[in-house]
Order: sequence, then structure tokens, then C-alpha cells
Amino acid sequence: MNSASVVHPARERIFKRLYASGTEQTEVPSASLPQEPCLDRDEKIERLTALMTIVRTEIHIVEADAWPKKLEELARERGWKRLLYGPKSPIGPEIESAWSVDANGLPERVPYIQSVETFKKDLFETVDVSVTSTRGGVADTGAVVLWPTPEEPRLMSLVPPVHVAVLDADAIYDSMTAMMTAENWAAGMPTNALLISGPSKTADIEFTLVFGVHGPKELIVIIRK
Amino acid sequence: METETRFDFTANIEGALKDTQLRRNLRNAMDILVDKRRAVFPDPAELDQLRAAGNAIKRRALKRLPQLLAQLEANCTKNGISVHWAEDTDQANGIVLDILKRHDAREVVKGKSMVSEEMHLNRFLAGHGIEALETDLGEFIIQLNGETPSHIIVPAIHKNKDEVAAIFHDKIPDTPYTENVEALTAIARRGLRRRFARARVGLSGVNFAIAETGTLLLVENEGNGRMCTTAPDVHVAVMGLEKVIQRLSDVPPLLRLLTGSATGQAITTYVNMIPSPRKKGEKDGPKEVHLVILDNGRSRILADPQLRQTLLCIRCGTCLNHCPVYVRIGGHAYGHVYPGPIGKILTPQMEGLERTGALVTASSLCGACGEVCPVKIPIPDLIRRLRNESYDQEKAAVVPGGGYKKNLAETMVWKGWELANRLPVLNEMGTRMAGAMGRHLPKVGPLKQWTSVRTTPRVARSSLHERVRNEGVSHE
Repeated sequence: MNSASVVHPARERIFKRLYASGTEQTEVPSASLPQEPCLDRDEKIERLTALMTIVRTEIHIVEADAWPKKLEELARERGWKRLLYGPKSPIGPEIESAWSVDANGLPERVPYIQSVETFKKDLFETVDVSVTSTRGGVADTGAVVLWPTPEEPRLMSLVPPVHVAVLDADAIYDSMTAMMTAENWAAGMPTNALLISGPSKTADIEFTLVFGVHGPKELIVIIRK
Repeated sequence: METETRFDFTANIEGALKDTQLRRNLRNAMDILVDKRRAVFPDPAELDQLRAAGNAIKRRALKRLPQLLAQLEANCTKNGISVHWAEDTDQANGIVLDILKRHDAREVVKGKSMVSEEMHLNRFLAGHGIEALETDLGEFIIQLNGETPSHIIVPAIHKNKDEVAAIFHDKIPDTPYTENVEALTAIARRGLRRRFARARVGLSGVNFAIAETGTLLLVENEGNGRMCTTAPDVHVAVMGLEKVIQRLSDVPPLLRLLTGSATGQAITTYVNMIPSPRKKGEKDGPKEVHLVILDNGRSRILADPQLRQTLLCIRCGTCLNHCPVYVRIGGHAYGHVYPGPIGKILTPQMEGLERTGALVTASSLCGACGEVCPVKIPIPDLIRRLRNESYDQEKAAVVPGGGYKKNLAETMVWKGWELANRLPVLNEMGTRMAGAMGRHLPKVGPLKQWTSVRTTPRVARSSLHERVRNEGVSHE
């Protein structure tokens, strides 16, 4: 299968044509990019909040240590039943300490600890909310950035009807370019990297905007100041 | 891109123009898309700068296309993605079928992919007893109705909600009739979730493939693309070989141009970057990722310095939205996978002028497509180039089927014209004859065609030269 080590006639012929095409003569005009924004911490929070709110993301800004309380509040208010989380994730312990196992009116915590093959049914059918950490945020387009990990797998931010993302205010960058440069993404990417700007949506029927198509119907971002 | 029946562009256009419902749906939709794009790029100077940057990035990628493809292949392979090469759509279909067979898959869930349309993959797989299920809402609607996309970004643009309501009611068992768009969307969500959970193989296109890191990048709003690329055991991505870009830092400006031009969004709901399949210790994600890289005529297009620019395209569809012809006839009239201005220049180069050269006639050369193109493809220039090649007017015609319109009568007329403008005697004779008989020309052949939709020009009885000789010049 490894096409680099085996000679494939199709590959050979394609490359032969490509190398013979004279494409190296293509002129490349010099061009500069529009200036990147340069915002302070509060402006970044403000910009991200404004842009993500337009696409119906719900945003709560709280003091850093107050976020589990906020989560509890939301859980009680919304009546969530089964909450998916990664116990070994950076925010796992705080989620576990947010309310006691036998607390009334609060969701059961469902850890994502088995592989999806044995967990799919539960994941697709019974979980109604998931809580994940984020790697950061992007102010100029308004998005949170997730690098799913073994502790917080890919489907957590996709399958449950509600996704709660916990974002550190200090991890919000001016732009995608700023973030990729500062973190040197080019030197090492995860298995999956995501920018998420809101709940899933469509406008495929007469441009009527509807939220909650195949991904989450709600996206809640808790920003820790 | 075989079409089953002979491609009759004129008949298609006539049919589309008479369809008042279609024209209303299209007009509304295109106006919205044009306005949304304008709103997301409020500063014309900044947009120009961004377009110039997009053009330079894509040109830089084309300049080193073979090297970048080799680098992409090496990095993908290192990341655990299997890379496959297909010279034409038959080979690409064969590769996909092999993968599906190896996994005993009877169905595949699909995210939106124009290359898979180019491959006619769904029909091919159906012939092998495998169901390809479209999961993008627009694609899902038209698949239910047995249609193909009429727009490369908004595939069901030609349908209004009443028509969608009727399709759902007729084609999905136990579905009550509703024109409520939220209810219609919920019906699709319910039905497709089961399929996402069940499918063993998912298929998608690729928006950008990054050589530097071996990353496949996809943008979308619905989440169906992420479902197709994340939930099943196997993910197959198909892409045209021009989708490769050099480095990760090329992504942000191209993304902004793509989403802004396509749907007037600063960013889509999801930007999904896939550098590799599930690694040891991970709990989900596909265990295998395959990348099928398709040529299908692209390497030939690359060989001509002017036509090469066709391959700068990032498939945003904004040239469709701004085209006065597309807005009036819609995508199906073009009879091929890629409609609108970009389709006009791409299709004849892939399939030959002889069969599809009529497409380049559907332009008033108003220039809108070239003005809005986010990577500055000079589409009107390329339309004129292909028109010239149709008559073999180019010194070195390179497009297959070139010169198919060349005919003796027309060649003679142009020779005569050339002569008349070189020899004063002939010129004098010509204008005299036109003055005497110009009003009584029999309306047959091309003249009949020309005057059927235009006022016949009235030829003056005497030429300007004659009048100056006889009357002098009164206002010098």
C-alpha cells in the first residue's frame, strides 16, 4: 500500500507529465498579507465573544476558579441527565469535584474511557452534554481551537447535542496565524485539530439558518479569566 | 463526466429559462450570496490585497506542484495516511471500491465532494451493490430526488422549501408533509445519525492538502463532514491534484478567501484538520485514512502557461453567484459536474472542445467572474482563449477537440474581410454593394439566427467615404 516505496504505473505517469509540464516557469507575483490585528487581552475576549455570539454560541465569562460552579449552575438550569467528560483531561478533576455523585437534579458523569467501538451506542443515544477543555481561541474570526487527545477524544465535541468548551482567556490569540506561529504547529500536529465557531448549522433550504444539524445543537463556551 | 444523453446546451437553456419557479429560486438565492460576500469583505482595498495574496499562494503551489505532491505523499505516509494515485476517474473509482470491498462495506457515508461527483462515484458504487449516502443536507435532498448538484457550494439551491417538503414526504417513509425548515432539518438529522453510527467507511473531499505537514483540511458548517471523517473505522478522502498547498501558514488567508467568497462567512462552523488516523491509545477516529489523488486531465492543463490558471481554483463558487448567465439558467443546464464560469473553462479542457465547447459560448464577457475570483483567475480571458481554440485561431492549440468549429464558409468570410480591408478597391466595391443591397439580404443561416433575437442593423445607402466626397465635412 505504501506508494512511496512501490512503483505504481499511474503515479509514475502522473509525475512524468507533471515534471514535463514546465510548471516551474509559473510566475509568482510578490504579495503581502493584510495586516494582522493586534489586540490586548480584553479586546480579544470581546472580539471572540462578539463574533461567536453572532453564530449563536453561548458565552459565559467567569473568574478562573469559579467555572465548575458555573457548570453546576448550567447543569441544574438545563436539566442535563448524562454528562460526558474525560476524567484524565486537564479539567477532569474539577468536573468531578463540581458536584457529588448523589447530588439531586444534577447530571450523571459519564467518563469517556473505552474505545468508541464499545461505547458508540451510549455516545450516540444517551449522552446529552459533553464538557471539554480547549487549546485556545482565535479572536479575529471567533473560534475555539481543540486538539483532541486520548483523554478527550474527537467525538466529544461532535456527537452530544450540547458541547461545553472551557477556554482560558490567556489562550486567546489575535488570529489563526498568530496561534499557529506562536505554537509552531508546523513542527508537530496532533492526529486531529479543530476550529469550532458555533453550534452546527445549515442554510441549505432557502437560506433559512437552522442550528443543530449533524453536530451539537448548542455550543457553550466558558471563558476563564 | 460522461453524460448519458447527448449534451444539448441550447435545449437545456431554453428549458431553464421557461422554468419560472427555478428562476425565482435562483434569483433570491444568488442575491443573498452576493450580499453576504460583500458584507464579509467590507474593505475593497483589503480584499484586493487578500486576493493578490491568494493568487500568489496558489501560483507558488502550482510552480512546484510535482515536488509538493511528492512531499505531501511522504508526510501523509509518515503520518499513517495511505496515498493512492489515479490518472482518471475509472482508476479513482476502482481504488475506492477496493477499499470498500476490503472492509466488507455495503454502504458509505459521504461528505460533500465535487471530485466524487466528477468520478460519478455514487452511480459507480451502486452498480457494485454499494450504497453511497450523501449526508450534507443539500446533497441529501437532491439525492432523495435523484438529482445532481446544481451549485458547487449550495447543491440544492434550485429548490424552495415547498419542493423540499414534498420530496421528504414522498421519499422518506412515514414523514408527514411540513414546510417548516427546522422540522425538515430535524428529519434529516434523525435519519442520518443512525447511519453515521453504523457506517464502517466514510468518504469526503479535501479543501486543502498541506504538503509541509501532510494534513488534510476540510471546512463545513453542518458537522456531517466531521461525522464522515471521524465516526467510521475508515476514512477515504478524494482530491484533485491541484488541491495541494505548500505550508501551514498558507492556510489562514486561503481559508478567509474560501469561506468569505463561498458563503460570506468569516469562518465556517468547523475547520477540520486531519493529519493522521487514530494513534495507539486514542479512543476514536478512523483506524485507516486513505487519500486518493486524482489527475483526470489536470496534468495536461498544467502544461499550458495560460490555461494552467484554471488550476488555481479553490472551488468557492462565487463566480457562479455573480454570473448573469448562471443566475438565469442554473447549474443543471450546463449538463456537467462543474457549472457556471469555472465550469465553462474547466469542463472543455477535461472533456474536449468537440463535446463540451458550447459551454464557452454562454458568456457575455461581462467580466464579473474575473473580478470576484478570490485567487484572481482571469476567467474571461480563458473563455476567449477556448473560443479561439474552437476555431483553431491559436497558433498552437492545445485543448483536445480544438478547431472543431472551423469551417470553410467562415474561414472564407474572414479571408474576404481581411482582403477587403487591405485593398482599397475591394473596400470601395464592398461598401457600394452593401449600400445597394444591405437592406435586402435574405434572412437565412447565421443571419437569421443573429437577427432572431436582435434588431437587424440598417445599412446606410451610401458609405461615409462617399458622403464626405459629395457633401464635404460640415463641422470640422
